[in-house]
Amino acid sequence: MINSLWLIPALPLAGATINAIFSRKLPRWLVSVIACGAVGASFVVSLLAFFAMQSTDEHHRVFNVSLFTWIPVADFKVDVAFLLDPLSALMLLVVTGVGFLIHVYSIGYMDAERDDGYGHFFTYLNLFIFSMLMLVLGSNYLLMYVGWELVGLCSYLLISFWFHKPEAASAGKKAFITTRVGDFGFGLGVLLIFTTFGTLDFADIFAHAKLIDQSLITIITLLLFAGAVGKSAQIPLYVWLPDAMEGPTPVSALIHAATMVTAGVYMVARSHALFELSPFSSEVVAWTGALTAIYTATIALVQMDLKRVLAYSTISQLGYMFVAVGIGAYGAGIFHLMTHAFFKALLFLGAGSVMHAMNGIIDMRQLGGLRAKMPRTYITFLAAALAIAGFPFFAGFFSKDEILASAFATGHTAIWVIGLITAGLTAFYIFRAFFLTFHTEPRWTTDDRRPLTEDDSHRSSVNGHRSVHPHESPAVMTIPLAILAVLSVIGGFAGMPKVMGANFLEHYFEPVFKPHDLHLAASTEWMLIGASVAAGLLGIALAYWFYIARPTIPVTLARRFSGIYNLLWHKYWIDEIYSWLFVDKGYRLAMFLWQVLDVKIIDGAANGLGRATAALSRVTRSWQSGYARAYALMMLIATVIVLGWLILR
Amino acid sequence: MGFLSVLIVLPLVGALILLFIPRQSERAIRYFALFVAFATFAVSAMLFASFRAAPEMQFVERVAWIPQFGISYYVGVDGLSILLVMLTTFLMIIAIGGSWVGITERVKEYHIFFLLLEAAMLGVFVSLDLFLFYVFWEFTLIPMAFLIGIWGHTRRVYAAIKFILFTMFGSTLMLVAILVLVFANRDVTGALTFALPELLETPVPLGLQPILFGAFALAFAIKVPMFPFHTWLPDAHVEAPTAGSVILAGVLLKMGTYGFVRFNLPLFPEASQQFAPLIIALALIGIIYGAIVSAVQRDIKSLVAFSSVSHLGFVMLGLFAFNAQGMSGGILQMINHGLSTGALFLLVGMLYERRHTRLIADFGGVAKVMPIYAAFLLIVMFSSVGLPGLNGFVGEFLILVGAFRANVWYAVFAATGVVLSAIYLLWMYQRVMNGPLTRDENKSLKDLSPREIALLVALVVFIVWIGVYPRTFLDPMMPSVTSLLTMLK
Repeated sequence: MINSLWLIPALPLAGATINAIFSRKLPRWLVSVIACGAVGASFVVSLLAFFAMQSTDEHHRVFNVSLFTWIPVADFKVDVAFLLDPLSALMLLVVTGVGFLIHVYSIGYMDAERDDGYGHFFTYLNLFIFSMLMLVLGSNYLLMYVGWELVGLCSYLLISFWFHKPEAASAGKKAFITTRVGDFGFGLGVLLIFTTFGTLDFADIFAHAKLIDQSLITIITLLLFAGAVGKSAQIPLYVWLPDAMEGPTPVSALIHAATMVTAGVYMVARSHALFELSPFSSEVVAWTGALTAIYTATIALVQMDLKRVLAYSTISQLGYMFVAVGIGAYGAGIFHLMTHAFFKALLFLGAGSVMHAMNGIIDMRQLGGLRAKMPRTYITFLAAALAIAGFPFFAGFFSKDEILASAFATGHTAIWVIGLITAGLTAFYIFRAFFLTFHTEPRWTTDDRRPLTEDDSHRSSVNGHRSVHPHESPAVMTIPLAILAVLSVIGGFAGMPKVMGANFLEHYFEPVFKPHDLHLAASTEWMLIGASVAAGLLGIALAYWFYIARPTIPVTLARRFSGIYNLLWHKYWIDEIYSWLFVDKGYRLAMFLWQVLDVKIIDGAANGLGRATAALSRVTRSWQSGYARAYALMMLIATVIVLGWLILR
Repeated sequence: MGFLSVLIVLPLVGALILLFIPRQSERAIRYFALFVAFATFAVSAMLFASFRAAPEMQFVERVAWIPQFGISYYVGVDGLSILLVMLTTFLMIIAIGGSWVGITERVKEYHIFFLLLEAAMLGVFVSLDLFLFYVFWEFTLIPMAFLIGIWGHTRRVYAAIKFILFTMFGSTLMLVAILVLVFANRDVTGALTFALPELLETPVPLGLQPILFGAFALAFAIKVPMFPFHTWLPDAHVEAPTAGSVILAGVLLKMGTYGFVRFNLPLFPEASQQFAPLIIALALIGIIYGAIVSAVQRDIKSLVAFSSVSHLGFVMLGLFAFNAQGMSGGILQMINHGLSTGALFLLVGMLYERRHTRLIADFGGVAKVMPIYAAFLLIVMFSSVGLPGLNGFVGEFLILVGAFRANVWYAVFAATGVVLSAIYLLWMYQRVMNGPLTRDENKSLKDLSPREIALLVALVVFIVWIGVYPRTFLDPMMPSVTSLLTMLK
C-alpha cells in the first residue's frame, strides 16, 4: 500500500488534466464526477495508507518512497520522494476528506456557472488538491516548496475565478504577490538549509540539526517562518486573506480556511526538529500567533460582511495554531488545525448556502430571520459556531483548550491571557454573525414592489435586487454540511484532555513529535478548562444580549466609541497604509527609473555619442572634397609628419 | 560532410532554393521555409540523440580555410552549446509558423532572411575558430537588421540602426581583441592559429587578460544585454515583427551569454575571477532594475523586453557564480528564457495581429472572448515567473543555489527578482485579460486558430518537460560544465 503513495497526488492531477483538456466537450455531470471521483479515490487511498501505517510497529511509522531524481547537479541532488508518517497521514486525510466534501458541495453551488466556468472550476479545485498533497507528502524542502508555490497558483486562479470582476482579479493578484513576499524568506531559508546541511532531505537534516550552530538554526527557522507568515496570513502579511473572499465560497472554505492556509502551521510542525533548537524563533512564532489572533479577532467584531467575519476569524484561529507550534505543543497545533478544518469549512459552506439562497447577498445588514427558511443550514451552522466558540465537548473546545493549557503550563502566561480574551471575542463575533443571519427580524423582502424603509430603498438601488426568495439548498450541498457538522461535534474527542480520559492523538504523533506532557495538576487543568469555557460562554451571552435581547446596544456603543469603532471598521487602515507605501511609492520609483534613468540618462548618453559622431563626421567629410590637389596636400603633410617622427625618434 | 555542416548548410541551401520560387506563390514559400526549418530541427534532434555526455568537443570538423593566417573552418559541439543549437532550430519552426498570416509583404525575402539568420546563429554556436565565430557573429546582424528595418513597425529604421550600431560598437572591439590574442599567442608558441582549443593550451599572459576580457565582455554584454547597455533592446523588440522578437529574445541574446561561457571564462580565467564582482553587480542591478522598469511599461512588448533584462541578469549571475549549480542553472536558464520569452512574444504578436495595438490600456477582459489564449498566456506567464513544475523554476533555483554559495548577498538581492517578476507579469495579465470587457473592438476578438494552438502546445511541452524532468537537458551538459569549472580554478 505504501508503495502506491504516488497515487494520492496523481489521482487529482489526472482529474485536473482531463478536465482541463476535455471539460468543454464533456457533459457537466461527467465533469463533476471526474473531479469528485478523483479526490474521493485519493481519500480512499489515503485512508488505506493510514491503516497500513497504523498496522506497523509504532516506532517505525515513517516511510520514504522515492520516485525519481528530479534535479541532480554535482552535490545538489533533489528527489521526487514522498514521506508518510503520522503527521503527513493526518494531513492527507484532512485535505482529501474535507476537500472531497467541498468538491461535492460545489456541484450544487456552482450549478449556475456557465459551461466553461464549471469545467475550469473543477479543474482548479483538483489542481489545488494535488498541490496541497505534494506539499504535505514531499520528503524534502524543495518538494514542499513546489507544493507551496503551486498552492499559491491555485489560490490565484480560484480567487480571481470571476476574473471579469475587477475586485476578484485584484484580490487574486494580491494573494499571489503577498504570499510571494513571504516565499522570498522561505526560499532563502531553503538555500541556507542546503548550504548548511548539504541536503534538503528532511530525515538527514533533522538527524544532524543538533550539530549546527544555534544562531544559524535561528536564522534558518526565522526565514522559514517568513514563508509561513505569508501563506498562513499572519501579521504583517495577512492582508491578502480577507480579500480572497472574492472567490466563490467553496474556495474560501477549501483553501482559505480548511487547508491551504494551514500550510504554514504544517511546515513549522514538520520542521519542529529545527524550531526546537531555537528558543528565540519559537518565541517569535508563538508571539506572532498570539498577536495575530487577538488583533484580527477585534476586526471581526464589527464587520458586516459574513464571509469577511469568517475570514478574519480564520486568521485569528491560525494565530492559535502558531501559538501551539511556537510553544512546542506541535500535536496540539495540528489537532486544532484538524478541528478548525472541520468547523471553518462548515462555517464557510454555511455562508455559501446563505448566499445561494439570498441571490448572492452576504451583507448581514440585509440578512436576518433565515432560521425558518433554511433549517439544515441553520442547525449545521450552529454546530460549527459552537465548535469555534469552544462550547464544551464540541471539536474546537478540546483543541483550543489544549493550546491554552499548554501555553499556561509552559509559563507563557501572557499568551495564555491573550488566548483567553481571544476565545471570548471569538465566541462573541461568531454568535453575533449567527444571530444577525439566522435570528432577528428579516431585513429582506419577498415583495418585489415595496421596499421596507427609506434606507432600504437606497440600498436596493446599490444592490439591484432587493427582493429575494430564500430557500434551503439542495441535498448535494446540505449533506456535506451535515457530515462536517457531525465532525465538528465529535471531532474533538480524538484529543481529549488527560483529566477526561484517553487521548488518541497524544501517542499518535509519537514517532514524529515527543508526547507533550503538560505536568499539570488535575485541579489546575480543570481550572484552565473552566476559564476557557467561561470565556466562550461569556462571549455567546454577550452576543445574545447585544443582538437579540437589546439590539440598541451595539448602535449606542458604536456611536459613543466612534473612534475605536471606526478603527476596527476600517481594519486599522492597514490596507490603505500598505497601498500608499508599496503601490504608490513603488510606482513612482519605477516611473522615475524608466523615464529619467533609462530614457534620459542612459539612452541620452548613447544618442549623444551618436550625435557627437555625426558632428565629427561632418568635419571630416569636408576633407573628402574630391579635389586631387587637396589630397596631395594632405599626403604631403602626412609624409612630413611620419618622416619627421622617424628622423627625430 | 558532418552533422554540424549539414546543420549550417541546410538553411543556406533552403534560402538559395527560395530564390528560385516565384514570389507570387507565397504558400509554397511558406511551406518550403517551414519544411527547411523542420528538416534542420530533425538534424539537430539526431545530433542531440547521438550526443554523449562527455566533456570533449563532439562532431568536430576541421578544414583549412586561410592557412596563411591559421584560420580554419573548425566546428564542434559540447555540453555548453548543444542545447543552444537545439533551441535555435526549434524556435525557427516557431518563428516561421508564427509568421504565417502576420507577414504579407515581401514574403520571399522575409523567409530568405530568416533562413540566412538561422545558418548564422547555428554557426555562432558551433564555431571553434575565433575568426569563423566572428564572421558568423557579424553575419547575424545583417538579416536581423533587415527583418526589423523592413517588416518592423513605425520606428523600425531607428530601431534597426540602433541595433546595428550598439552591437557593432562592441564587436569591433572584440575583433581587435581576437587579433591581439592570436598574435600574443604566436609570440609565445610561434604558431599562428585562430582555433580556440589550440589557443586554450597556452595561458594568456596575466597582464593582457584584463584588457582582452574587457573587450570581449563589452561585445557580449551589449548583446546580452546587461545593464547599462540594454537600451537598444526595448526599441528593437517593440519595432521588430513578432517572429523577429521571438528569435531576437530567444536566440540572439543568448549569443552574448554564450560568448561569456565559451570565450571569456576559459580564455581569461584569472581576469574572469577578477571581474566577477563587477559582472555580478551589473547582473544584480539588471535583475532588479529590469523588473522594476518592466512594471510600468505601457506597451506589452517593451514590458517583456525589460523582463528579458531581468532574466538575463539571472543567467549572468549563475555563470559568474563559478560553481556547478550556478553554471548549469545559467545555461539551462538560457534555454528557459528562449522558450518562455519566445512564447510571450509570440502571444503578444497574436494579440497584435488581431487588434493592431500592444498598449495595455487598449485591452481588458480579453480572457472572456479568448479563453484558450488566456490559458496559454497564463501558463507561459507562470513559467516566466518561475513557478515550480515549469521550466523557469529549475533554472532560477539552481542559479540561486549557486549564487548563495558564492556570496549570500548575491542570492538575497537576486531573490527579490522572484517577487518582482510576479508583480509585473501578474499586473499586466490582470489589465489585459481580466476585468470587464469594456472596449467594443475587443468584444469581437477571435480565439486562437489551430495553427496558433499547435505552435503554443509545442512550446508548452518543453516548458513542462524541463520543469518536471530537467535531467534530459541537465545531464548532457554536466561534464562540460565540470571541465569548464576546473579550468577556472
